[in-house]
Amino acid sequence: MSETDTSHVVCICFALFVFSVFFLITEVCALYKNLYDIIVIGGGPAGLAAACEARARGIKDILILERDTQLGGILNQCIHSGFGLHTFNEELTGPEFSGRYIDRLLASGIEYSINTTVLEITGNREVHAVSSENGYCIYKAKSIILAMGCRERSRGALGIPGTRPAGIYTAGTAQRYANIEGYMVGRRILILGSGDIGLIMARRMTLNGAKVLGCVELMPYSGGLNRNIVQCLNDFDIPLYLSHTVTEIRGKERVESVIVSKVDENLKPVPGSEIEFKCDTLLLSVGLIPENELTRQAGIEIDPRTNGAVVFENMETGMEGVFSCGNAAHVHDLVDFVAAEAIRAGRAAADFIHNGETSRQNVLNVINGNAVSYTVPQKIRPNAIDKYVDIFFRVNRVCKAGVIKVESNGISLAHYKRERFAPGEMEHITLPKALLKKAVGIITVSIEERPE
Amino acid sequence: MKELICICCPKGCHLEVDESNNYAVTGNSCPRGAAYGYTEVTAPSRIVTATVLIDSSLSRRCPVKTNAPVSKSKVFDVMNYISTIRLHPPVWRGQVIVSNIAGTDADLVVTKDFNT
Repeated sequence: MSETDTSHVVCICFALFVFSVFFLITEVCALYKNLYDIIVIGGGPAGLAAACEARARGIKDILILERDTQLGGILNQCIHSGFGLHTFNEELTGPEFSGRYIDRLLASGIEYSINTTVLEITGNREVHAVSSENGYCIYKAKSIILAMGCRERSRGALGIPGTRPAGIYTAGTAQRYANIEGYMVGRRILILGSGDIGLIMARRMTLNGAKVLGCVELMPYSGGLNRNIVQCLNDFDIPLYLSHTVTEIRGKERVESVIVSKVDENLKPVPGSEIEFKCDTLLLSVGLIPENELTRQAGIEIDPRTNGAVVFENMETGMEGVFSCGNAAHVHDLVDFVAAEAIRAGRAAADFIHNGETSRQNVLNVINGNAVSYTVPQKIRPNAIDKYVDIFFRVNRVCKAGVIKVESNGISLAHYKRERFAPGEMEHITLPKALLKKAVGIITVSIEERPE
Repeated sequence: MKELICICCPKGCHLEVDESNNYAVTGNSCPRGAAYGYTEVTAPSRIVTATVLIDSSLSRRCPVKTNAPVSKSKVFDVMNYISTIRLHPPVWRGQVIVSNIAGTDADLVVTKDFNT
């Protein structure tokens, strides 16, 4: 072999070596880029609050994945005020509330990816996502926070008879059209459901120049806050029809009228009580459903009472290191409560990364008793509690003054007095750790109404 | 005696305002409720929130609010004025876009950042 041949071989070998080292480094870098301590799914108030809290607790690599074109979630369209009284001690509009968290997020260097839809979460905490900008991406996380929020029940979930013309919207869709896209959905509007979103939309459509003919509620009481009945309906003389429901929608191309009937005590329409409202639009504000397709697909246990994941006291789901918070876990009344819960989830995710998994031995199951429809958390690990554990729940009917009883196998653990209970208002009790020592296996939360 | 539901916070306290006793408010659980009870009976007012047209790629509407409550009778005057405004980014949260809107002594401020 000549000397030139040898040097050629050496050159080629060296080039190959350099190339493979370069290849390895880029591959490792690419892999590393996709490895995060915490991935937060959803950039709404829950996701933002959870990410900021985890960052404040020393977690560096956090990524928020958001499918909308901007962070902020549903608050972007909630332009009315009434947010932040608990969190910031002042009354803010939705965009102002999320704006404050977005400022904190940008200052803290938390990464986020908008226009990104998460397709799947796998058992080894891989997150598969897709976006126009980055294509198909697989991210690996030490911990995942599920903060996907909730969506509205639609006409299909109600089974209202009649034709299927244009002009039927969920209240939230109409809100998005009005406040973000800049379209009026109609001129003469009837609203079914008196939850807060329906009430807020009654005022918004009126302020924007539409005529709101009324707000129709199946139950004998409104599901919305009293303040919203006052400032959204009474301020504009919009009638509220309690114990009424929509029994027919008329119109071929567009809604032409809606028939409303009174209902009896069994919520069945009363024949002969029909009222016809000539209108071009029907808005539905008939409840929210936590969005948990990803959770279900990942095989995480769902509670049929909340439609959210079954969670432990620290908002951890059945899958180790995966947490759920905000309206994805259960539907909240106020964004302040969403943020507070997300902060607990963010803290727990940070603890998980610092200290590893909490032992799942000695678990207490929380059961709903008389007049209680669900509890969050559904499971409590007494050993994992610092001093107190918060239990949130809703009642399934309007109750008079009474006590919330907390028991375990017939042994009373605690009771809390309340002046009134309503399904629209989430209840909250704080149990000291010391009391849980008496509990075995299960804890029951029930309501005992005070006799007249 | 006038009965009201306080709208200051989600609690919704049931207030009673005694017009014959210097508008004394009972049933409130905080000072804000007392102030609301007095104002609601003497000169009711509301914060107005709305959106204005904006030339932005992010959204066609920019959310705004009055930075103080305006007289209830002026709410639709404020809305009519708002419908004539067109904004160009950038605008910032808290930025005043109309001073003393519709003669209400309140300013109209932006409630969301728009960079582009």
